[in-house]
Amino acid sequence: MISYKNVTKVYPNGTAALDDVSFEIKPNEFVSIAGRSGAGKTTLLKLLLVEEKPTRGQIFFDDKNLSKIKSHQLPQVRRKIGAVFQDYKLLSPRTVYENIAYIMEVIGASDEEIKRNVPQVLEIVGLEEKVRNFPAELSAGERQRVAIARALIHRPEVILADEPTGNLDPYNTLDIIRLLLKINELGTTIILATHNKEIINSLQKRVITLEKGRVIRDEEKGRFIL
Amino acid sequence: MFLILKRISKLGWQNFSRDRGMAATTCFIIVMTILLVSSLFIFQEVSQFLISSIQEKADISVYFKDNTPEEEILNLEEELTKIPEVKDVKYVSEEEVLKEFVERHKDNPVLIESIEEVGGSPFLAVLNIKAFQAQQYQTVVDFLNKPDFGNLIEKVDYYQRKPIIERIFGLTDGMKKAGWTISVVLAIIAILVTFNTIRLAILNQREEIKIQSLVGASNWFIRGPFLVQGTISGFFAALISLLIFSFLCWFVSHKIEFLFPNLNIWSFFIDNFSTLILIQLSTGILLGIISSIIAIRKYLKI
Repeated sequence: MISYKNVTKVYPNGTAALDDVSFEIKPNEFVSIAGRSGAGKTTLLKLLLVEEKPTRGQIFFDDKNLSKIKSHQLPQVRRKIGAVFQDYKLLSPRTVYENIAYIMEVIGASDEEIKRNVPQVLEIVGLEEKVRNFPAELSAGERQRVAIARALIHRPEVILADEPTGNLDPYNTLDIIRLLLKINELGTTIILATHNKEIINSLQKRVITLEKGRVIRDEEKGRFIL
Repeated sequence: MFLILKRISKLGWQNFSRDRGMAATTCFIIVMTILLVSSLFIFQEVSQFLISSIQEKADISVYFKDNTPEEEILNLEEELTKIPEVKDVKYVSEEEVLKEFVERHKDNPVLIESIEEVGGSPFLAVLNIKAFQAQQYQTVVDFLNKPDFGNLIEKVDYYQRKPIIERIFGLTDGMKKAGWTISVVLAIIAILVTFNTIRLAILNQREEIKIQSLVGASNWFIRGPFLVQGTISGFFAALISLLIFSFLCWFVSHKIEFLFPNLNIWSFFIDNFSTLILIQLSTGILLGIISSIIAIRKYLKI
């Protein structure tokens, strides 16, 4: 489903973020990307979202070479991916409902579908009472749950979660991880980038460990070892 | 397609109505630009009026010998009107010259008595000729210098008036060029100010644009609401400008007419109402749309 082949990323300022990274991810997998800050976790996800392009190597998603994708094809690829960011990246002038409905509007879903699906997803993330609130009126945990609801609403093939618990307390952290596991059980591939040892050790799922831009370990039911 | 357009329009209206501070600032700047462009339209009319008024004062006079039959003068007048360079020819008979003289000097008994003593009109019949351009008078004078008219014409006062005529036309040409230059420079400044205001408004939303792109919105789905927002701002700005401009025209009309009789700004405004609406709407809406397109282009390359 997803394949990184000898991917190297060097930023224009000379920072080498990834160095000859190769691995594959199968459908319905839950993969954690572990590593210290600056190890290249975020860059790895940005390449899949085509927010950045690799300096060398190729990335395939559903047999599509993302390194050579044309700009007009980008929206189609991104609609197959749900993204959850550490800083939430919610649309601040829009309400919780509108933030989630926006994705449905983008993919051309009908008004009836939007009215039916958005409350359902809000119920899953436990925010059915906050539909009319703006992101600035929510707590950090609530914002992250909105972000997950947005990533989930259009049933993407894969969800990328980049340090989704970075700004959360332990209770909210646990909630978010449970939510991601639940989504994975329903058939969505999850790629979770985190440097949180407890989370990775509790998951008992596949772990790819990065250090200085290189893959130093790739284990099924891995642990956080650095 | 209709669904997408409906959603783009809804999002554009939401952007406009929720960020009222920015909407008011954008409208205010576009209003200023529209008022400036509309004023330039009126300014062109006023300057054209002034130029014509000044040019009206430039003419040459052909004096006819005493006892020249009026019929021959009228024949010459007709021939002169056929010359393409001639804008206007006006015949003033000896009697009319006398009448004008008496009217002008009715408060001066010495002059009136002298005229009465002479008996009849001591003046010569005149043809006042106006050309379109200063340099065209020479063509008219060359025509009048033909030997055929030698026995009719006493004097053509072109050579005495030539420096004044050339100065008047030089001045009006200068006014025209200055008017256009000022208009173009002011219009460019106004457009740049509007563009920068909209650019700053969109700069504030660059993070939103990036998010929209990352969640899979197409460039048109992102750009569309900004264009709708620009159109709405331009439309409201045009309406506000029309109200302000109507009031200003009505208010200054009498004052300007007092300074320049025959120049009625309010009548001009009413006569050109549809053109002005078109100018104001197109300036407002096009400025809003074009500025948005240019400003957003940079942030769509994600």
